[in-house]
Amino acid sequence: MTVSDVLLLALGALAVGSGTLVVTSKHLVRAGLYLVVSLGAIAGLYLVLGAELVAWVQVLVYVGAVVVLLLFAVMLTRAPIGPSADLDRPVFPAALIGGGVGLGLAGLFADAFHWVRYPEPEPGTAERVGEQIFGAWVLPFEVLSILLLSALVGAIVLSRPDIGARQAEPEPEPEPATEPETEDA
Amino acid sequence: MPLWLDLLIRVVAVMAAFLVLPLVVGQAEHKVMAHMQGRLGPMYAGGFHGWAQLVADGVKFVQKEDVTPRDADRVVFRLAPIVALFPYLVVLLMVPLGPGGLVAQSLDIGLFLVLAVLGIGVVAVLMSAWSSANKYSLLGGVRGAAQLLGYELPLVLSAASVAMAAGTLSLPGIVEAWRPWWLIWQAPAALVFFIAGLAEIRRPPFDMPIADSELVFGYMTEYTGLRFAFFLLAEYVGIVVIAALTTVLFLGGWHGPNPDQLGWLWTMLKVFALSFVIIWIRVSYPRLREDQLQRLCWLILVPTALAQLVLTVAVKSLT
Repeated sequence: MTVSDVLLLALGALAVGSGTLVVTSKHLVRAGLYLVVSLGAIAGLYLVLGAELVAWVQVLVYVGAVVVLLLFAVMLTRAPIGPSADLDRPVFPAALIGGGVGLGLAGLFADAFHWVRYPEPEPGTAERVGEQIFGAWVLPFEVLSILLLSALVGAIVLSRPDIGARQAEPEPEPEPATEPETEDA
Repeated sequence: MPLWLDLLIRVVAVMAAFLVLPLVVGQAEHKVMAHMQGRLGPMYAGGFHGWAQLVADGVKFVQKEDVTPRDADRVVFRLAPIVALFPYLVVLLMVPLGPGGLVAQSLDIGLFLVLAVLGIGVVAVLMSAWSSANKYSLLGGVRGAAQLLGYELPLVLSAASVAMAAGTLSLPGIVEAWRPWWLIWQAPAALVFFIAGLAEIRRPPFDMPIADSELVFGYMTEYTGLRFAFFLLAEYVGIVVIAALTTVLFLGGWHGPNPDQLGWLWTMLKVFALSFVIIWIRVSYPRLREDQLQRLCWLILVPTALAQLVLTVAVKSLT
């Protein structure tokens, strides 16, 4: 075993272990913090595999933004310190799906690659990733960006009822205007 | 020179910079604020010009009792100051001092790494805010997270502009490619980067998360003694880091007379000049209100950074 093998195993164990803690921890916010550890370990896996750009994108996007938004939302609504007793988490179906997907994928990969030794690919530097994305894969990339743009527009329309509201039922509209008056009176 | 010795020297040098530079900046802040605002306190300790004020502060922090609130989440509470400090240490590893590999660790995507690691600071804010079991802390932390997430966007966009101009993501490479006329070409990006950087380290006038007149001390309210000193250290290292990044990206780093011998001197001079400006801004401007703060980010800084990107591409493709 080389050093990178050991690192891969250790980081993988860290990622899976903290991932398990995310779904088993009874502390809501701590679960989010375990997610930080898990995603960070996955970034470490990318680094060991030589994909440095993907690793730092992982840190920038997932650790720095996605988990933070998640924690932010939890703290805005309900974030008790200490265990929560009323968490609704069906254990058996989740374990079945998670374990089944994990084992199935492992079996699929083992079957597809048959323990063949492949030559190590070149490291995924920013230069190489850029060449690939804006050369061979430019069309899928642009399609994805359109998808993201439409999601952005959709989010704005959903969160701003004053700009995207459809006047489907014109009749009940005067009612909200009169209600506050009666309340004041 | 054997590899391990080389590595050891670099790590020791960065640790020394990490421990010394914040103290220098802290001392400078005491003195500059004292002079600008006519404060007598920081001029008293130790006799001449109050040179011992920083030592007195250090002794005070060590003496204080280490209090953890009873209802706090102890593990998270204790981890938070370390998580706050750690990203800045990594960033300092990447900052080039002079030409010819005078940098602790040069990477091809150094700029990207720096921006990614700086983003981890938000997690520390949320951790300390939530685990304190204090509503002022939580409010401060939520404000802080909103501010940091918002200002990360202009920070990254303006850094992207200079990376496009230089055609590389490596920090020494960017300094290498820098030319004096970039001072004009990249001026909007430099301003946006500096302002967003100030907001990232939550310095006044962007200290809404720790607004002491309404939130006691925001997410740091419950911290005392050495743990609080850790947060203070993170703030001062943050000043050094933002000043250093602005220097490297926009002010030409080691460029100056005789850069081969004196490059490190020019870099340090620029870093200290910018640190002085950061302190100067603190004593000059009142705190921005939360809505003003978000408006400045989304309606001024982000559009400016986007326009700068367009300008960069236009000039780059013409020349």
